[in-house]
Amino acid sequence: MHPVYDPVTVRVVAVLVGAGYRRYASYRAAALGGALTNSVFGLLRASIVAAAVTSAGGTIAGYDAAAVVTYAWVTQAVIAPVHVFSWTDVAQRVRTGDIAVDLARPVDLQLQFGATDLGRALATLLPRALPPLVVGALTFGLVLPRQPLVWVAALVCTLLAVGVSFACRFLLNLLSFWLLDLRGPVTLYVSVAALLGGLYVPVGWFPGWLRTLALATPFPSMVQAPADVISGRVAGLDLLGVLAVQAGWLVVTLLAGRLVLSRATRKLVLQGG
Amino acid sequence: MNRTRGTGPVVDVRGLRREFVVRTAAGRLRRQRRVVRAVDDVTFALRRGETVGYIGANGAGKSTTIKMLTGILTPTAGEVRTCGLHPVQQRRTLARHIGVVFGQRSQLWWDLPLRDSLRILAALHRLPPAQAREREAELVDRLELGAFLDQPVRQLSLGQRMRGEVAAALLHSPDLIVLDEPTVGLDVLSKERLRVFLREEHAAHGRTLLLTTHDMDDVERLCERLLVVDRGRLVYDGDIAGLVARVGARRVLVVDLAEPSGALEAVVAAVPGSTLLGVEAGGLRQRIAFSPAAVTAADLLAAVTRVAPVRDLSIEEPDIEDVVRRLYESTGR
Amino acid sequence: MADRPSALAAYRALVGSRVRSQLAYRTSFGIDVVSSLILACAELAEVYVLFHNLDVLGGLDLRAALLVFGLSHLGFALANAVAGTLDTMPVYVRTGTLDVLLLRPQPLLTQVLAGDVMLKRLGGASVGLVTLLAALGAQDVDWTPARVVLLVTTPLSAAVVFAALFVAAGAVQFWLVEAAEVTNSFTYGSAYASSFSSAVLPAPLRLVFAFVVPAAFTAYLPTLALLGLPGPPWLPGWLGWCSPLVAVLAWLAAMGLWRLGIRHYTGAGG
Repeated sequence: MHPVYDPVTVRVVAVLVGAGYRRYASYRAAALGGALTNSVFGLLRASIVAAAVTSAGGTIAGYDAAAVVTYAWVTQAVIAPVHVFSWTDVAQRVRTGDIAVDLARPVDLQLQFGATDLGRALATLLPRALPPLVVGALTFGLVLPRQPLVWVAALVCTLLAVGVSFACRFLLNLLSFWLLDLRGPVTLYVSVAALLGGLYVPVGWFPGWLRTLALATPFPSMVQAPADVISGRVAGLDLLGVLAVQAGWLVVTLLAGRLVLSRATRKLVLQGG
Repeated sequence: MNRTRGTGPVVDVRGLRREFVVRTAAGRLRRQRRVVRAVDDVTFALRRGETVGYIGANGAGKSTTIKMLTGILTPTAGEVRTCGLHPVQQRRTLARHIGVVFGQRSQLWWDLPLRDSLRILAALHRLPPAQAREREAELVDRLELGAFLDQPVRQLSLGQRMRGEVAAALLHSPDLIVLDEPTVGLDVLSKERLRVFLREEHAAHGRTLLLTTHDMDDVERLCERLLVVDRGRLVYDGDIAGLVARVGARRVLVVDLAEPSGALEAVVAAVPGSTLLGVEAGGLRQRIAFSPAAVTAADLLAAVTRVAPVRDLSIEEPDIEDVVRRLYESTGR
Repeated sequence: MADRPSALAAYRALVGSRVRSQLAYRTSFGIDVVSSLILACAELAEVYVLFHNLDVLGGLDLRAALLVFGLSHLGFALANAVAGTLDTMPVYVRTGTLDVLLLRPQPLLTQVLAGDVMLKRLGGASVGLVTLLAALGAQDVDWTPARVVLLVTTPLSAAVVFAALFVAAGAVQFWLVEAAEVTNSFTYGSAYASSFSSAVLPAPLRLVFAFVVPAAFTAYLPTLALLGLPGPPWLPGWLGWCSPLVAVLAWLAAMGLWRLGIRHYTGAGG
């Protein structure tokens, strides 16, 4: 493992983040198109959950109409930076064999891809997160926090969510060392992550057994957590609790990734790449 | 079925023009509109059975003209008839009578074996099975496709793929074959093989051939007639010999000197009709183009020998590349 | 002159090779089918979770909501299997393959559609079908011959509507290259909108997803007609009987847009 405070590594990370940022910042037209899709889905999801709350008598699991509408819009806003979609960057490199080049670099593989992914997230933050929030505010009205401290917490929460999401996607991609075609597992991952992460409906609305299942996975930390923090559903100690859970999952998933990575590289070396 | 037999030209183009609007940024916010004439008032007609080379620099309008001939681009002005049909309005009918080979685009199915691509195309052109099999066998034999017929197209080398493309374009025995830069990227052997095949196809079936190319060897080996375009305009229409005569045939004197010398520039400046083309091997070998009409080889050689001793020499005949370049220069605006 | 093979034989040849190559990689194909199945199940879970908290949503109970879900997903999966390949249009435009296709005797759309039949998307179709049948089994529907015909034609007309949306999305590529993200908003957006009751949508959205993009006609309105339910304001239940007609209109509109797109691409009419 490389020491975190090694100045060379820090510089390399900064360069990779910048490279990731620049690469995705150029896809401006696609980003706006994606924001449009997010906005359409936001309109639909917000309508559904608002009607559900009304139909249930005004509140479900502590969410009233205004809160759940905000939740719906915020999940659409964070879905792109957190990237709850198919991601096969590592798997593609493994398939072409180029992964050997990446592994030969003096920077840890997980760090390389993680830094680039962070750049990507930062680049997509404004073009993908802002438009749905604006549309949501103009159409349904959002309940957003007033205190700047909460916004800072929201940013931290979103970055942690990006990290957890990256760690999971990285782990998933490592399967490509053993499986030839990753499309099936990727689709499975995206579906499950979206559902259990609270993208369709808030995790709080799940029946008991499903909620327990969801909370046993890192997925709620990816989508539900930022949504809850930004919409002000969790505050004070609860907010810190959410961040702590996210940080915990981040550590767990990163470590799991490192474990599998060492196995994978050993396999690569033994088989001659 | 409506085949164009008889007397009409295979390609008839009159006053053809195609303009594009190009928007460039002028300053921070404003965008400037500029109209570019990719093809400017081109007129020519191709008779049945001709082999025609359509040459010009990049951006001279070759591909644009091809697109208008085949119906995938509408002219801004002028008229075009291909095989007696209106290309844009009767595009799909025209597709039965022409075969097009694009150098840069493939009409084969990438992940299927070449054999399957040919079968599918035979079905798409609705060729009767017996006729299709016969034609396929003929093409496979003459283009030597047998060795890789069952390999997926994406695994083929460029030369193999181009032969496959040509087979695909000719499967339905079209009246007109259009090839857009077919030899780009091919090695010398593959190029020659392709040219031989096209010559044979023309000889055996009398098909009309229209070839756009950069490669002068293609032109010399395949084309009876030459159309030269420069910046959208047709600047020459005739045979190669006529072109050479028009711009004035220039031969090239290649001298190997005993010692490197920079004095030949002065010689060339003094002798009319001569140009120093290039210097190689640090000044030991020098090439001088000259017009036989202006100065004889002997006089030029004497002038050179006066300033630098010559160890060896040779004379090259007119180079098409040079001829065309001089044609461009003479029409330069 | 010997008999010329029919045009149908040509398409069979093309599609046949595609199907063969998909089935050849059986494991991979199997995994693809299973994963589209799982995706559909996750979406089904959404409906289940919602109704865990309430009895009626948008005027429909759980069984009716599942009926809408099933019809919508079945129709969408069928359309996706046949017309989903239109998402390669950006690639065709960018690589110039479109020119090659235009120089063949077949219509361009037919060639693009025949380019790939995505059997793997049928995994979602099975979820839709099962949900549909389960929902029907749990209902008491007043079965008249007309209603039976409506039930059978609804998934087909839904498929036609979604296919029309795919064609329209492909046609947009003639103008806005790499507009895939933009068109996703109305193709996948409509698919989502069609899987639940339109009554939950505020009036403007309801109108958009019924009369601008006919999402409501694919599943919700036919469900209202089957169950004999009244509809929300602006969308009376009897409109469900019009869904086949709406499908035809949608297809015609899509074809018109496609042809306009080709004309634009070939430079006719600017």
